[in-house]
Amino acid sequence: MKKILLMGNPNVGKSAVFSRLTGVHVIASNYPGTTVEFTQGTVDVGEEKVTLIDVPGTYGLEATTKAEEIALKMLREGDVVINVIDATNLERNLHLTLHLLEQDIPMIAALNVWDETTHKGITIDVEKLTEILGIPVVPTVAVTGEGIKKLVSCIPGASNPGVAERSEENRWKEVGSIVDKVQSIQHRHHTLLELIGDASVKPLSGVPIAVVVLFMAFKIVRMIGEGLIGYVFEPLFERLWQPMMMWLSSLLHPDSLIHSIVIGNLINGEIDFIQSFGLLTTGLFVPIAMVLPYVFAFYLVLGFLEDFGYLPRLAVLLDSLMHKVGLHGWAVIPNLLGLGCNVPGIMATRILESRKERMIAATVISIAVPCAALQAMIWGLIGDYGGRYVGIVYLTLFIVWFVLGVFLNLFLRGRSPELIMEIPPYRMPSSLTITKKLWMRMVRFLKEAVPIVLAGVLVVNILYFLKVFDVVAAFASPVITRVFGLPEEAVVAIAVGFLRKDVAVGMLGTLDLTVKQLVVGSTVLAMFFPCVATFVILFKELGIVDTVKSILVMLAASLIVGGLLNAILK
Amino acid sequence: MLERIPLTAMRTRETGEVVEIAGGMGILRRLASLGIRHGVKVIKVSGAFARGPVVLRVGGTQAVLGFGVASRVIVKVSR
Repeated sequence: MKKILLMGNPNVGKSAVFSRLTGVHVIASNYPGTTVEFTQGTVDVGEEKVTLIDVPGTYGLEATTKAEEIALKMLREGDVVINVIDATNLERNLHLTLHLLEQDIPMIAALNVWDETTHKGITIDVEKLTEILGIPVVPTVAVTGEGIKKLVSCIPGASNPGVAERSEENRWKEVGSIVDKVQSIQHRHHTLLELIGDASVKPLSGVPIAVVVLFMAFKIVRMIGEGLIGYVFEPLFERLWQPMMMWLSSLLHPDSLIHSIVIGNLINGEIDFIQSFGLLTTGLFVPIAMVLPYVFAFYLVLGFLEDFGYLPRLAVLLDSLMHKVGLHGWAVIPNLLGLGCNVPGIMATRILESRKERMIAATVISIAVPCAALQAMIWGLIGDYGGRYVGIVYLTLFIVWFVLGVFLNLFLRGRSPELIMEIPPYRMPSSLTITKKLWMRMVRFLKEAVPIVLAGVLVVNILYFLKVFDVVAAFASPVITRVFGLPEEAVVAIAVGFLRKDVAVGMLGTLDLTVKQLVVGSTVLAMFFPCVATFVILFKELGIVDTVKSILVMLAASLIVGGLLNAILK
Repeated sequence: MLERIPLTAMRTRETGEVVEIAGGMGILRRLASLGIRHGVKVIKVSGAFARGPVVLRVGGTQAVLGFGVASRVIVKVSR
């Protein structure tokens, strides 16, 4: 099948065009570097089916980041390029267009974000541009779908006038002369969004704005998460599911293996969704009633901030802090994504340039950035004792994040490049794109998390039945009891942490722990060894040597921090 | 009077013309891809507070440069 590549500068809307053309939904956001891996789908062009590939954005044809390397590799394999151009940024985008034309591959161009040119007072003569470039040019608005049909109909007409390779300087000169011929800009006043945009990067106004935004984001996530749990999911489980499960329980012998696997232990003759630990009780309650509401709330708020364009501003404000840990401001993106799930967080470290930065970012994310599932469980378990205790967990993790970053920055060799980045304009996100993105992330969570949670619960029950944990517990008890001050049985929770951290924290809930033990236990669980999904992605992104290093750091850090917390807390 | 100063020394809302960029080919390319090249006019939006990054308006877009890079971009301003 023919391969068609969607290429262009970062943040011009390639992923939005891709979703429109293929119906395959990919995550699009308002910041450069959302796509770090290529995604493919199929499109019908006339009678023919072709493969369409959403290529990570690139400023030039020299790779400076891992995502750009991927883009260049794709270019060598493609048959046709659809060059997506941000119409509000013609000059910068055309540089890549000319460079692509020099590669002698058939092309068409989409002048995307066409609707915004009007607001910005920009007029572009499309006919003249088509004539000068020698390839079909189509104005598009990918988020609404405008111009997309015409774009598809132009694919068979892709051409290349054949341009000799120019020097960098001559290419810019050529861009300048083209822009002079086809574009005129009218002066106009700044819009409100632009004024807010400026205010949110200036330190004096930006820092208070950031504090308010983050506080509000946190409050809204809590409110939606708790609301869904308290008013929807808990009542559903308690009023509908519990009677059904009690009925099922009555059919089974209470001491049988099948009862302990499916229903778990009855607590005072009743099913307790946290403590019973059966497949159909705790195994469903944890992912659906405790974790899902928070994952939903987190991605709803994150999606809004992403599409509005706030994250790059946060990167500017946090640049100085991030330099202390050997990263630059842009690394807030992988860290924030890590708060949802460590896997996309670590994947997003591809937007960073040096190996050192990627190693630091991936390591601190997997140790000290708790995913939404883990956080939901910590809130569910410790929140009842007061926000103060949850605060201790968060504060400890933040200190670990910082100290570890400083430490890695000192000892790892390599360079820490500086922040060089474009700041996209604020855009009012469309509720449709936010909903789609949220839907995709929820489906992904349900597909990937629920089976592993169930597997975790199943494995725990079988191992319990075979009394395997008694052996392991005897072996690990000195560390667990003396260093962490936890009961021997907590070893089970730590072992389950390899599979999924939310189940692991759930296990702590079955042990009748004091609040101090809960705090120590969940902090250790958060830091100790990555869950299996994170482990796989760490290995893929860092390679074996760095993954081993990263895990050694993890083990050492969780031992030290768990011991310290146990010694300090009363 | 025309003065040559690094981006970090510009005042907020001041306009300057890029006259020199001290850096290798890699940096020059990255900056050019954001529209920051010889002879281009830039307006400073904010920055360099406590060695923080500098935010610029270049043409229709905004770009941010870390303090180190920003101090190596020299502009001509009239004061």
